[in-house]
Amino acid sequence: MIETLEFLIFDNLIYILAIVLGVVLTVAYLTYFERKVIAFMHARMGPNRVGPRGLLQPFADVLKLLTKEIIFPKNANKFLFLIAPIITLATAFAAWAVVPFDDGWVLADINAGLVYVLAMTSLGVYGVIIAGWASNSKYALLGALRSAAQIVSYEIAMGFALVGVLVAAGTLNLSDIVRAQEGGFLNWFWLPLLPLFVIYYISGVAETNRAPFDVAEGESEIVAGFHVEYSGAAFALFFLGEYANMIIISALTALMFLGGWYSPFTGDSWIAQPSIFWFLAKTSIFLYAYFWFRASLPRYRYDQIMRLGWKVFIPITIVWIMVVAVMKVYHIGPWWN
Amino acid sequence: MTKVFKYLKSLTLNEIRKGLLLTQKYFFKRKFTVRYPEEKTPKSPRFRGLHALRRYPNGEERCIACKLCEAVCPAAAITIDSDVREDGSRRTTKYEIDLFKCIYCGFCEESCPVDSIVETDIHEYHFESKGKNVMTKEQLLAIGDMYEEQIANARTKDAKYR
Repeated sequence: MIETLEFLIFDNLIYILAIVLGVVLTVAYLTYFERKVIAFMHARMGPNRVGPRGLLQPFADVLKLLTKEIIFPKNANKFLFLIAPIITLATAFAAWAVVPFDDGWVLADINAGLVYVLAMTSLGVYGVIIAGWASNSKYALLGALRSAAQIVSYEIAMGFALVGVLVAAGTLNLSDIVRAQEGGFLNWFWLPLLPLFVIYYISGVAETNRAPFDVAEGESEIVAGFHVEYSGAAFALFFLGEYANMIIISALTALMFLGGWYSPFTGDSWIAQPSIFWFLAKTSIFLYAYFWFRASLPRYRYDQIMRLGWKVFIPITIVWIMVVAVMKVYHIGPWWN
Repeated sequence: MTKVFKYLKSLTLNEIRKGLLLTQKYFFKRKFTVRYPEEKTPKSPRFRGLHALRRYPNGEERCIACKLCEAVCPAAAITIDSDVREDGSRRTTKYEIDLFKCIYCGFCEESCPVDSIVETDIHEYHFESKGKNVMTKEQLLAIGDMYEEQIANARTKDAKYR
C-alpha cells in the first residue's frame, strides 16, 4: 500500500516536474524562435547579441522581468490582481497532464481527456477577466472584455471541431484518438476532417489572442489589453501562460489531426517508426505557423473577428459534424468502410 | 451568383496562401542588417565628424586666428581668443568648440584659409562628465596630430571635386 503510494507520489512528481520544466524551457526558446522567425521574414537578423547567435537572449529577458518591480495600481484588489496570472498559468500547465507524448507516455491517461483539455483551456479566460477587473483600470477592463468575448466565441467553434474528432475516433481518450489514426499520412484525421482541422487551428490562434486576432493586445495600436497594469514577474506569468497555451494548441492539433506520434511514412524502415520526435516535429510546424501568420497577416477588425467566429466557423463545423457522422454511421469510404 | 462564388473562393484561403508564400520567400532571402560594432558601412571622405586642428609638417600650428570660422559658425559653437606670440605672429590663445552646440555643418572647415580646422571621420565618441563637451585647443591639436594621416588622405581624395 505504502509502496504504491510512494510510487504514485514520487514517480508522478518526477513526471510533472519533467513536463513543467520542458514546457517552461520550450516557452523560453519559443520567444527566441518567434523573434528570429519574424525577423527573418522581415529580412532582419533578429536577436544576436546575448550569447552565440543570441541563444542566451531568453534568459536575459527572464532575468530582466524577474528583477523588475510589480506595481500595484491604486485601489486595486491585491489578492485578485496576483491570483489572475496564476490562474492563467496554472490552467495552461494543467492541460498538459493528458497530452500523450508517445504511446503510453502520458501523465494521466483518463478517458475524458478531450473534455478535460477543453475545460482547462476554457478556464484560462477567468485569468483574463479577473486580471482586467482587479487592475482597477478602465483600459484593462475593456481589454479584458474584448479578450474574453473573443475567447468565448472561438471556444464554441473549437468545441464543435473537437466533436468532429470525437465522432471520427469514437473516443474521448487522447491516446486512443491518436491510435485511431494509425497508418500513413492519409489515415490521419486531417484529410477527412479537413475543414475542422483548419477551423480548429485558426480558432486556437484566436483563442490564444495571437496575430491576426490580437486586437486585445494590438501592440502597434494600443499598449496592451487586460494585462496593461501588470509588470515584472506577474507580467512574466501572463507571458508564460500565453506561450504555454500556444504550445498546447499546437500539440493538440498535432495529436488530433496529424496523428500524434505516428510517422507519415509506412513500411518497416527506421523512419516509419512511431516516436516522440514525430509528435514534437508536428507540434513545431504549428508553432512555426503561429509566427508565420504574425509576420504575414494584418490584424482583423473586432467586428470581423466576431463575424468569422459566429457566422463562418460555427456553421461550417456544424455541417461538417453532420457529414462526418453520416460517413461514420453508414461506413462510407475511403476511411470508414 | 457572383456573391456565392466569391464566398466559396474565400473558403479556399487562396489569398492568405499567397501572402504566406511571399513571407516564406523572404524568410530565405539575404538579410540586410549590418552587425554594427563588427561590421561598418563605408564612410565618404567628406564625412563630417569630430573636429581637429592641423599643423604644418614642421610642427607649426596652422591656425592664424583669423576668426573666420567663429564668424561663419551658424551655431556659435566656436570661441576664439587671440594674442601676439613672442615671435610677433598672431596666434590663438584659446580655441574652443562646444560639441553640444555644433551641428557638424562643416562651414568652419570651408571658411578656413589655411586648412587648419577640419572635421575628421571620427563619429564614435562620448563624454563622461559635464563640461567635457567643450573641446579645448590642446585637445583639438592632439586629435589633429593623431589622425593627420587620415585627415590628409581624405582631403586628397576629395580635392578633385572641390
